[in-house]
Amino acid sequence: MEATVAKTGTEGKTWGGGNQPLRASYGKMMMWFFIVSDALTFSGFLAAYGFSRFKFVDAWPIADEVFTHFPFLHGVNAPMYYVAFMTFVLIFSSVTMVLAVDAGHKMQQKKVIFYMFLTIIGGAIFVGSQAWEWNTFIKGDYGAVETKGGKIIQFLDTDGKRVAIRDFAVQLPTERVEHVKKEGIWFVSEPETMSSFSYEEVKAGFLANDNLLVRTQYKDEHGHPIVLSREASIDKITNDGKLVVEGANLKHNEYGTPLFADFFFFITGFHGFHVLSGVIINIIVFFNVVIGTYERRGHYEMVEKVGLYWHFVDLVWVFVFTFFYLV
Amino acid sequence: MAHEHKLEIFRGLLKFKSNVSKIWGVFVLLSIITIVEVILGIIRPDFLVDHHFLAMRLLNWVFIILTLVKAYYITWDFMHMRDEKSGLRRSVIWTAIFLICYLVLILLIEGDYIYEVYKSGFIKFDF
Repeated sequence: MEATVAKTGTEGKTWGGGNQPLRASYGKMMMWFFIVSDALTFSGFLAAYGFSRFKFVDAWPIADEVFTHFPFLHGVNAPMYYVAFMTFVLIFSSVTMVLAVDAGHKMQQKKVIFYMFLTIIGGAIFVGSQAWEWNTFIKGDYGAVETKGGKIIQFLDTDGKRVAIRDFAVQLPTERVEHVKKEGIWFVSEPETMSSFSYEEVKAGFLANDNLLVRTQYKDEHGHPIVLSREASIDKITNDGKLVVEGANLKHNEYGTPLFADFFFFITGFHGFHVLSGVIINIIVFFNVVIGTYERRGHYEMVEKVGLYWHFVDLVWVFVFTFFYLV
Repeated sequence: MAHEHKLEIFRGLLKFKSNVSKIWGVFVLLSIITIVEVILGIIRPDFLVDHHFLAMRLLNWVFIILTLVKAYYITWDFMHMRDEKSGLRRSVIWTAIFLICYLVLILLIEGDYIYEVYKSGFIKFDF
């Protein structure tokens, strides 16, 4: 008589439906699923970074020598301090977020507002710091010469200290005609990046200063880059040199292999995008808390969900920090 | 879930009175680990740099282990994994750990192989 089975015989069982076997709501579960997939995306990036690094393991830039700046401390060698500061900012904003979640469980609207506000401020400081870090990285520091084989050579004095190319390059009288479309080949444009010195000027300056040496990208067994003797340096720069590189972009990188810059822009950029979207979602939830949406709803689970995302962003940074700046 | 926080860390060695004090305790722990990492990163002690274990510098092992410790406390205490049911916990953690370990292992072995080819073969640095 009855064609449809209305009951499955599993009512009341754990997986019989109508309850939450994992004791997590739909929204929270989906946030966890998203986090797992996003974690896999990030680990894909970091694993690709590891792949490229292993490929050029004896010529990879040392992060300690790349990120040595701190805002308002010009000329001071401060390796890692700024990244450490950024890490603390992010961990601390994670703490205020989890305090907001805790206050939400206790239905303390005022406290949730306060802690959410601190979290948003922390996120904004972090994104701003990252912009500053990018800017410093793109502008560069000492400058370098790229060889015909695509390698980077940097300059030291005989005491082993780095020397900036602007300190020794000579001004040669040259004339440069700007390329315009109506003259010459129409589909060729001006180079995107232009250095303030030409290769010839750097070479002449290098030959005129006897205390200058060349440092290659390759590292010895202690991980220190190999410095050439004066004769080998002269030979290297006159025979192999090709292009002056100042700062870093996607094609050239004064700190070493261009892949380092590519991964730096891509991974920290993707992470920074996550922080930015996290801040925006936090702001939305913040205003919902302020106007009392969750107070009326009777629970603050939305704060908890956005909190999960925010902690995940912090979690990713912990790994980026290790694999980009420490290892 | 909302009103049933587990308040012990270090396998019950340290038990906090409230969830808020546990959060601050974990923050102190994470800060200490970060400070240790930064100090090691700046000093780079010769002993840890020159000695290797399984083809990796001891220093890098220290960094990676400290990172995993940090990741554990962020997930367990900040993301409340400690309070979730074991089914949810395992489906999230083990899936991610298995896939990430697999991917990293394959890519690093491949990267090392290409390094060897460049070093001992005739191919120049071209990409």
